[in-house]
Amino acid sequence: MRLNVTVNGERRQADDVWEGESLLYVLRERLGLPGSKNACEQGECGSCTVYLDDVPVCSCLVAAGQAEGREVRTVEGLAEGDALDPVQQSFVDAGAVQCGFCTPGLVVAAHDLLNRVPEPSDEEIREALAGNLCRCTGYEKILDAVRLAAGAR
Amino acid sequence: MTISTETTGVTEAQGIGASPVRPDGTMKVRGEFAYSSDLWHEDMLWGATLRSPHPHARITGVDIAAALAVPGVYAVLTHADVPGVNRYGLEHPDQPVLAEDVVRYQGEPIALVAADHPETARRAMKRIEVGYEVLEPVTDSEAAVAGQGPALHPGGNVVRHVPIRRGEQNVTADVVVTGTYEVGMQDQAFLGPESGLAVPAEDGGVDLYVATQWLHVDQQQIVAALGLPPEKVRLTLAGVGGAFGGREDLSIQVHACLLALHTGKPVKMVYNREESFYGHVHRHPARMYYEHGADRDGRLVYVKAKIYLDGGAYASTTAAVAGNAATLGVGPYDVPNVTVDCWGTYSNNPPCGAMRGFGAVQAAFGYESQMDRLAEACGLDPVEVRLRNAMSEGTVMPTGQVVDSAAPVEELLTRLRAMPLPAERSGELDLRRLPGGVSNTTHGEGVVRGVGYAVGIKNICFSEGFDDYSTARVRLEAVGGEPAATVQTAACEVGQGLVTILQQIIRTELGVEQVTILPMDTSIGSAGSSSASRQTYMTGGAVRAAALKVRAALVAHAARVLGHEHTELSVAGGKVVSRHDGVLADLVDVLDGEAFDETVEWRHRPTEALDPETGQGNAHVQYGFAAHRAVVDVDTELGLVKVVALDCVQDVGKALNPQAVLGQIQGGSAQGLGLAVMEEIQTRGGVIRNPSFTDYLIPTVLDMPPMRIEVLELADPHAPYGLRGVGEPPTISSTPAIVAAIRAATGLALDRVPVRPEHLTGT
Repeated sequence: MRLNVTVNGERRQADDVWEGESLLYVLRERLGLPGSKNACEQGECGSCTVYLDDVPVCSCLVAAGQAEGREVRTVEGLAEGDALDPVQQSFVDAGAVQCGFCTPGLVVAAHDLLNRVPEPSDEEIREALAGNLCRCTGYEKILDAVRLAAGAR
Repeated sequence: MTISTETTGVTEAQGIGASPVRPDGTMKVRGEFAYSSDLWHEDMLWGATLRSPHPHARITGVDIAAALAVPGVYAVLTHADVPGVNRYGLEHPDQPVLAEDVVRYQGEPIALVAADHPETARRAMKRIEVGYEVLEPVTDSEAAVAGQGPALHPGGNVVRHVPIRRGEQNVTADVVVTGTYEVGMQDQAFLGPESGLAVPAEDGGVDLYVATQWLHVDQQQIVAALGLPPEKVRLTLAGVGGAFGGREDLSIQVHACLLALHTGKPVKMVYNREESFYGHVHRHPARMYYEHGADRDGRLVYVKAKIYLDGGAYASTTAAVAGNAATLGVGPYDVPNVTVDCWGTYSNNPPCGAMRGFGAVQAAFGYESQMDRLAEACGLDPVEVRLRNAMSEGTVMPTGQVVDSAAPVEELLTRLRAMPLPAERSGELDLRRLPGGVSNTTHGEGVVRGVGYAVGIKNICFSEGFDDYSTARVRLEAVGGEPAATVQTAACEVGQGLVTILQQIIRTELGVEQVTILPMDTSIGSAGSSSASRQTYMTGGAVRAAALKVRAALVAHAARVLGHEHTELSVAGGKVVSRHDGVLADLVDVLDGEAFDETVEWRHRPTEALDPETGQGNAHVQYGFAAHRAVVDVDTELGLVKVVALDCVQDVGKALNPQAVLGQIQGGSAQGLGLAVMEEIQTRGGVIRNPSFTDYLIPTVLDMPPMRIEVLELADPHAPYGLRGVGEPPTISSTPAIVAAIRAATGLALDRVPVRPEHLTGT
């Protein structure tokens, strides 16, 4: 099938998409946007989190066809040119990035949280990020990063 | 020294002891860092692996005809297509690249498919017809040691027996406590799945881009299987999404190369999460029998232990894991009489090998559970009994090795005990702070609190006489009017932040700000594995040694150019400085088009093999120590545990990057928490029952409590900068501390991890 989708503000088209492909697969393998990650491909780890019409979703659980005509914003679409989004900068500064495989999903999830709740409590941060697994950091520095980003925005 | 504070400031801000940001951090937060599963090549194919559904079976036939006929399929390969030796392995080459006549574990690779779409490859794979004669699986380690059951390998089912004998063997004591303990099979659960891209080359060789922990040992195994000379198999490290030991053994490496060479096209392979559970080794499950004898004051007289480690179908690193569990089997305590026997065995369970803590984790659950039992038997506080037996510098280990640098077990424990405890639950109800969380399973009724302590020990670097070295090349030259250094190694950055550390070392030693870390590949000598908490020590040591050679050559050159005694000169902040006259010149002017380039192969001091009868020998290079205190709330009605606090004190010798040290302690502690209360690959008859993140749970941000951490820096005079490996110790003591806290809360014996709800409710 042919898929038309707006990604990071740009209209994109993909041809010969197999109906069983996920939005994650199309982003990574057909549109040259591998930033969203493939850690579990079953909606458990959150590493593939993207905005779909401004709502964060696990793109591995979205069939490619469901994205037809809709707007997707991925981790690659958060920075403005060379200027990182404050959430991205805070992850770097706080040491919240080790292997970094969870980072794109966590950055999008934290970005969404701070859009909804500009000054979240620790409990609110934990609840908002509970769907994103990280195996390296023990989450302490991820919490630091979100607090730092909240202060910076 | 009279260098200006400004230039000193520049160097120190980015040198060792500071916490500069990671050089790959920006790319990682932008989603632009290329992990091994992100790779793409024009005209590439996708590889898939057919795996055995049976833990133990004879293969009666493989028919690939139907799979080959699927449109879009380019190759279907079996063991007959392996041109070299169809065996690989880290310590013993006992594992087939593709199974021949027998499969020994569920998930063992049998055939490979390359196709133009991953789904095509998967569908074709399902059309391969394999005939099986299913055999009874061998699953019991103790039976293997007793010589029972069919031999899975020509030498029988014992991979290694490690005896340790120290002091009196028939000694008695006034107080004796015994226990039998079990540790479940833990998974590394790195988030970046096994993956890579193999590209056939015009010279008949292949270039492999892969996520791994040790490029050169991969290369050795690949060339043997492909029957190619090493120069025709070139490896480059692709972005690694975590490792924790799970990438020490081969996964897609030989398979992707075989498909690429066979089809003449680039081949990408990526496991999904389920396949990843079958595609790498796990932490050895253990059964341990301990007997501790002490005097009435709680001072240890002897420890006897039998430790059985189930290595699964193939050897992997089982022999070394058994060596660690045995030599570290009594823990960080001074024990005059020791009788330990540790066995690593074969079975038809999933293969087990390296995971963070490597044998020390299993033993620690045994000996720390015993120390709590001893405390109770002697009427002592759990910390007090540990203090009375704490080892220290000068202690003789069960191997006879004298510990010759700091072993601050007493200080770790006293500092830990002095940390403030979290406040008792009171007043306002917040479900999120209770066991069960927002599932609203309790408002505090049936919830009890407990506190537990544990301390652990780990050997750092490779042991038992292994020739452990790392190779580093450092180049200094002027680039664009600035002095710039380049570092080349084959050391795998797996997330731990080695790339940052190497930059810091260069800044400190050469006084230049701009440091480029070249991609890691096999065009330079081996760096050894990113394992055993060793890379900062080993590749850090190699880079430092190469930098010192560069500095010596540079200073000699500067002395000639500037007409000074070279013994007076040094470099700092991008300047050449004299001890007496201060800044003499800009480094870039002294370089004046010259480049200084040095390559060094660097070793730690040698270790010895263990005596095979007595287990005596100076087997380890360095020991690392951490201690944890856990506070838990337990809902006794539902068996739910909330870890309220998990505090840690660790000695790191020298914190080269304090932020990264904390990150290692926090992350390692979280993996220990996982083993304590949730993580286990559950097998039945060799079959994995939970190969997914739905059923194999790892800690989320809701499961990890805030941590108080104290880092000690007691320099090891034998190590570069006095550093002590950081990565593994925090994984070791975290688990027993949490279980001790659950025991304190509930009064239950709890002799198995992970502790599951039914262990707490008795249902």
